[in-house]
Amino acid sequence: METVLTPHEATLYEQLGGEAAVDAAVDIFYRKVLSDSRISSFFDGVDMDRQAAKQKAFLTMAFGGPHSYTGLDMRRGHQHLVARGLNDSHFDAVVELLGATLAELGVAPDLIAKVAAIAESTRNDVLNR
Amino acid sequence: MPNIRYDGQDYAVQPRETVLDCLLRNNVAISYLCKAGSCQSCLVKGSDGTVPEFAQRGLKDTLRTQSYFLACSCVPKGDLTVAPAGNDQRTPALITRLESLNDTVLRVRLRAEAPFGYFAGQYVSLFRDDGLARSYSLASLPDESELELHVRRIPGGAMSEWLHRTAQTGTRLWLQCPAGNCFYLPGDVGQPLLLAGTGTGLAPLYGIVRDALRQGHTGPVWLFQGALTRSGLYLTGELAELERTWPNFHYVRSVPQHGDQAGEAEAGTLDDCILRRFPSLAGWKGYVCGDPQLVNSLRKKLFLAGMGSKAIYADAFLSSVR
Repeated sequence: METVLTPHEATLYEQLGGEAAVDAAVDIFYRKVLSDSRISSFFDGVDMDRQAAKQKAFLTMAFGGPHSYTGLDMRRGHQHLVARGLNDSHFDAVVELLGATLAELGVAPDLIAKVAAIAESTRNDVLNR
Repeated sequence: MPNIRYDGQDYAVQPRETVLDCLLRNNVAISYLCKAGSCQSCLVKGSDGTVPEFAQRGLKDTLRTQSYFLACSCVPKGDLTVAPAGNDQRTPALITRLESLNDTVLRVRLRAEAPFGYFAGQYVSLFRDDGLARSYSLASLPDESELELHVRRIPGGAMSEWLHRTAQTGTRLWLQCPAGNCFYLPGDVGQPLLLAGTGTGLAPLYGIVRDALRQGHTGPVWLFQGALTRSGLYLTGELAELERTWPNFHYVRSVPQHGDQAGEAEAGTLDDCILRRFPSLAGWKGYVCGDPQLVNSLRKKLFLAGMGSKAIYADAFLSSVR
């Protein structure tokens, strides 16, 4: 099916609810991440304030919102985690938790799929390959 | 390489080196403490150059506009003249009372000799005449006539040993700009509040609790005080009295093991005692103060129990790097 974009059609970020939606999602998402035994060890000992700010930046990007991430930032930011064993299974877990967060907030499945696709586009940079 | 000029001398700054590290490398005597941009002991004033914005984070507007900055957080981009903040930014204060609260904690009361505004729960850098500096949290309320600090005696600790052994009523000290964002702001007066700390983490909490109650907080206010042994708990009488005065204030003491000496304290670690009573903390506001390891682990547990990340105010007591 072909969708015709008009200049006034809302962006993904707007459809999701913009910054307010990110704010609503960030604690739910971060709580899931910290409670998930598959990935929680990567967050041991990190500063919570700084980490919450990073989660917000990540969600803003995944929601199609304004961000200044580059592929290089993604690589550098995760290099030390890849050295500790970060791999596809962990990346999959994060994408899964992101989807579960949005579902919990009542976001429609087609929008969740778009968010997942944006997150997916960072996989190779995050895993440094 | 940029040069910094300090006290008439020029020093070349190495790549990525901070102003503080450069001065220390050159054996310049300068007050500092945490090296993390928190304690503000290394406050200096810049001129004839640009002060990076990052070096002014956490400073009051009035200090920023006068080009004050933190030497530990400043990697200069170009030449800069640096002067010590000196006593013009410090308030003299006299020790009025010294009182032992338990084996290791001394209550130091001071009277500021000039107006000294702060929020209950903030911390100050305390300077001795010779420039020795340490940070302490304020346990007093801004409208009280005396400032109150709780000083734990640290073996070999220059300031704490001196305060415990040598300092006397009438000794003059200097206070520098209160800092920290762990304090009460009136907003949702019905919101449940949780305050938790071990050791002298109680000092800021003692101020925040009384501030919240006096400002008319109507929601439940729970204070959890933890210690390794019963003798580590202090101010228990004052807090029990506070509990009798304010029906919405609740005070819980905890020690890890129930020994013979446990008395009215609950058995268990601080986080166990909290989460046993309140498995869900959604909608609460929290204040956590004291040992950094405890603060970081507890705030994570409070968050996982449902407290919002922005609703948790934490003050991890950094120890001196010297």
